[in-house]
Amino acid sequence: MQTLYLALAVFLLLNLGAGMWRVLRGPSAADRMLAAQLFGTTAVAVLVLLGQAMESTALLDVALLFALLAAVTAVAFVRRAWPETNNDVD
Amino acid sequence: MMLIDYLSAVLLIAGAVFFLAGTVGLLRFSDVYMRLHALTKADNVGLGLMTAGLVMQAESWAVAGKLLLIWLLVLLAGAGVAHLIASGALKRGIRVWKR
Amino acid sequence: MEALTLLGWMFDGLLGLGLLWVAWRALTSPDLFRAIVLFIAFGLLMALAWVRLEAPDVALAEAAIGAGLTGALLLAAFAKLSSITASGDEKQADSARIYSHQLYWIAAVALLVAAGLGYVILSLPPYAAGLSVEVAANLQTSGVSHPVTAVLLNFRGYDTLLEMVVLLVALLGVWSLGGPAIGRGSAPGPVLDMMARVLVPLLIMVAAYLLWVGAHAPGGAFQAGAVLGAAGVLLLLADWRPRAGLMGWPLRLMLVAGPAAFVVMAALLYMVEGRLLAFPPAQAGMLILMLETAATVSIGVTLAALFLGGRPQSDKEHT
Repeated sequence: MQTLYLALAVFLLLNLGAGMWRVLRGPSAADRMLAAQLFGTTAVAVLVLLGQAMESTALLDVALLFALLAAVTAVAFVRRAWPETNNDVD
Repeated sequence: MMLIDYLSAVLLIAGAVFFLAGTVGLLRFSDVYMRLHALTKADNVGLGLMTAGLVMQAESWAVAGKLLLIWLLVLLAGAGVAHLIASGALKRGIRVWKR
Repeated sequence: MEALTLLGWMFDGLLGLGLLWVAWRALTSPDLFRAIVLFIAFGLLMALAWVRLEAPDVALAEAAIGAGLTGALLLAAFAKLSSITASGDEKQADSARIYSHQLYWIAAVALLVAAGLGYVILSLPPYAAGLSVEVAANLQTSGVSHPVTAVLLNFRGYDTLLEMVVLLVALLGVWSLGGPAIGRGSAPGPVLDMMARVLVPLLIMVAAYLLWVGAHAPGGAFQAGAVLGAAGVLLLLADWRPRAGLMGWPLRLMLVAGPAAFVVMAALLYMVEGRLLAFPPAQAGMLILMLETAATVSIGVTLAALFLGGRPQSDKEHT
């Protein structure tokens, strides 16, 4: 099982890397922030898998923090940092 | 218990498949609204299946409870954030992609 | 098992390369918003790296502060910056441009520093035992059973005292710059309202949990304070402002509660034991918990106030 956990963690990390393309490319600010949200969820999954593989329950706490703080960052984007103009639309 | 191990493995792999689907959707879909759909599939189903697989392997009720809490939080936060981003995009005039 | 170590190497290798690549793209990105999002992604990957280095305390702090709160702070700063450049203030943009002859000097200094650091690192002894043996030997007298908390709050409590003062000074710096506090945006819709109502109590509970669990597992005052700060940030974003009466002395009291508790404790212990912050082993656990509680409240309120940006209005002019 340990091998499966680590293999899936590597797979998810590769997914994360692929998602970077959307951050670099995404025509609007929302696309970039979307990708960051997906990174957050993927990191939660990686942490939960690693927590089982490395047998550390502290990693579940880290995953909890990730989930909560990704939400706060996204709300900060929507309420503060999203320009009202249409300049960033494709 | 080898049967539980197999079941966990199947659930975990299925969850990883949904994460792949989420990433593919993020990269290939043609506008913000569609990409939000892809994102929430990875959140809900992907993480949900993985959580189910790991709950079966959990050593204690506390660990299983924490795993479920994490998944529920990601569900709640993901749904709320998806709504906020979509309504914000509509307000800022990002057009829905039509063929 | 062969496959296990191979997979471990693959994971660590991918993570390391990913960190370097994201850092490079973030620094060289012409679009500032893209750089901020890349920085948040960098914080995420960094937290994963700390996890792989078997330092969950640092991973907790990195996730809370590095990826989460600093991301929110940068986004708020980006919003202010956009409003400045949009109002046509070209002077500030021009003065930040770096000319090519300055680049050569900067490169030379950077190379010198890198060479010096490399020399120092290479001349360190290859095998250093570190202090983990001594910490483990003295853990019973420290009052907690988690070595990181023991070091932070007991053995090196003086450093933590100074760190709390540094955080306070940062806030004083932000207040002295005199900018306005972020104003209220448009009214939050029902979804944001609901999210705040559910997430803020949850964040406060998670902060209390991290504070409590820090005695025997990864956690502690800084991580709990950062989560509390995130709760404050979420409240501010959902357009909640505390009543004007709370913004004056009560706010200041909460901000200094942490450093003040440390100073008072140091003074008391000096009078009783003859040395600064020397906890008597019997009461050490309870004293550390008291200190950590005060520190958590202070750190949380300081971080939220940093996000608010300006000095909060304490008089009647701001409804």
